[in-house]
Amino acid sequence: MSIHNKKLFLLCLATLAGLFVLQFLLSDYLVLAFTRILILAVFAMGYNVLMGYTGLVSLGHAMFFGAGVYGAGLSSYYLGVSLPVAFLAGILAAIALSFLIGLLALRTQTVSFMIVTLMFSQAAFLLILYFSEFTGGDQGLTLPTSARSFSLFGLEVDMTSDVARYNLALTVFGVVLLGLFAFTQGPVGRLLVAVRENEDRTRMLGFDTYAIKLLAFTVSGGISGVAGALYGLMFGYIGSAFAEFKISIEALLFTLVGGPGTLLGPLVGTGLMTLLIDRLSGVTTAYLIVIGALLIVVTLWFPTGILGTLRDRWLPWLK
Amino acid sequence: MAEVVLLKTKGLTRHFGGLKAVENVDFQIKEGEIRAIIGPNGAGKSTFVNLLSGRIKSTSGSVEFAGEDISRMPAHKRVRKGIAYTFQITNIYGSMSVLENICVAVHNRLRPSLLSRNHVSEDDIEAEAAEAAKTVGLGDRLEEVAGTLAYGHQRLLEVAMGLALQPKLLILDEPTQGLSDSEIANFKEVVREVNKTTTVLLIEHNMDVVMTLAEQITVMERGTVLAEGTPDAIMNNAAVQAAYLGASA
Ligand SMILES: Nc1ncnc2c1ncn2[C@@H]1O[C@H](COP(=O)(O)OP(=O)(O)OP(=O)(O)O)[C@@H](O)[C@H]1O
Ligand SMILES: [Mg+2]
Repeated sequence: MSIHNKKLFLLCLATLAGLFVLQFLLSDYLVLAFTRILILAVFAMGYNVLMGYTGLVSLGHAMFFGAGVYGAGLSSYYLGVSLPVAFLAGILAAIALSFLIGLLALRTQTVSFMIVTLMFSQAAFLLILYFSEFTGGDQGLTLPTSARSFSLFGLEVDMTSDVARYNLALTVFGVVLLGLFAFTQGPVGRLLVAVRENEDRTRMLGFDTYAIKLLAFTVSGGISGVAGALYGLMFGYIGSAFAEFKISIEALLFTLVGGPGTLLGPLVGTGLMTLLIDRLSGVTTAYLIVIGALLIVVTLWFPTGILGTLRDRWLPWLK
Repeated sequence: MAEVVLLKTKGLTRHFGGLKAVENVDFQIKEGEIRAIIGPNGAGKSTFVNLLSGRIKSTSGSVEFAGEDISRMPAHKRVRKGIAYTFQITNIYGSMSVLENICVAVHNRLRPSLLSRNHVSEDDIEAEAAEAAKTVGLGDRLEEVAGTLAYGHQRLLEVAMGLALQPKLLILDEPTQGLSDSEIANFKEVVREVNKTTTVLLIEHNMDVVMTLAEQITVMERGTVLAEGTPDAIMNNAAVQAAYLGASA
């Protein structure tokens, strides 16, 4: 199989190399910040599969992030399974949930789709609170010390070490990035874009567009779950805040800023916005106003985001 | 070779509220034919072919294609059975290149299953797409962004996407609308070429195109078939002259 869009592929490799080197240049604090950025970027990349490539705006992706967090966290907390097994459990939970929700939500379109995904997500959030004896509710659960390290293929990984966490996050990020490169830059990716651009046309070229959207939805939710599972296990804590509405909005915001429908856009958007929010929240408690204003500026003047603007002006392969 | 009926409708009907857009149409088209459907604006021509392609659901009646009842079949499956439809209002992927537009169509034919690992490569898909582009005369515009093409070229791209499906029945809804005279001449050649392997159903207002291409003409008016016959017979049909040729003059 030949690789299409070699330039983008090389840029992905360069980005991964750059991120690897970054850990030797940054302060401990920033290494931690970038660990979070990498995980949240995975979340935004998952969101981008649906929103950016397929053109379906969901307001409920917190539930898939949350499915990852709780699928992984609860199986570690209650069943005492090893971290890799818990990680897989989180991903499977998110895939199963997104497939089911997709089956139902994809019967609606545009605004109704946004509302339906939001409703499902709020229902999931309320369920977490309702069963707080089991889930820990808004207080959350802290994973036991036994769940703070694991060994895989003879490799001991200590989840309390900044370096280990950063490199683990980078590994997962890299796998997802290259996986999504294959998914989005090949024939299937073209079908996602075809549905986004013109669903009626795509149907009349012989494609079951519902199936295409369901595939995109499930992949999108599954990757969001990867991020959630990693986040919960890495920081040893699960709580209902991970399934809040705010989480869905962050995925949307990061993707919009970075460039919907570009492979690296979510990383750029997550990086910029996370650092910005960190800074601003130190200066003022009203930082959400600044974020809101920025969101308006982006949607009005840069509707294709940072990388989308670059793509449209100069770099057509950046997609 | 015996004449085989490729497509047949019985009592095909579609109402929009109280409006009888298509009313009780019995229609047949033989394999290998070029058929034109003509009729005044609002006669129900587009609605009728949309009922064939499955894009619009019928109120009642049946559609049979290659001996199979497809009345309940969703549109995308009908495409896979071999019914290709090109839109009256140009309907392409504006932000994709010409090549990518056609690739989507070729993709459907070469890799029908969404997740199949069959070994049709991107290169094969692109090669066939480029071939279809060449046929309609867009061979030197493969990399152009479809949305920026001149209107006439967008029409041709629309046709190329239909061709790329290599259908048994190619439905063209006013394909020459907005084309220049030389483009129309080229288009007639394309249809003749395509017709060697494909049955063509053509909705057309341009009578010159109809007269040179069609072997049979179906005239629709107010949702029903007013007349059917050879171009000569239709030209000399009094009812047709009154209803259509008179009305459009
Ligand atoms: N989706 C719809 N809803 C309501 N009425 C419709 C719809 N589609 C078509 N019609 C009506 O049905 C009738 C037939 O329309 P149709 O588009 O099939 O005509 P046509 O013969 O293709 O005309 P033209 O030559 O202008 O393309 C018209 O009166 C039209 O207004
Ligand atoms: Mg019409």
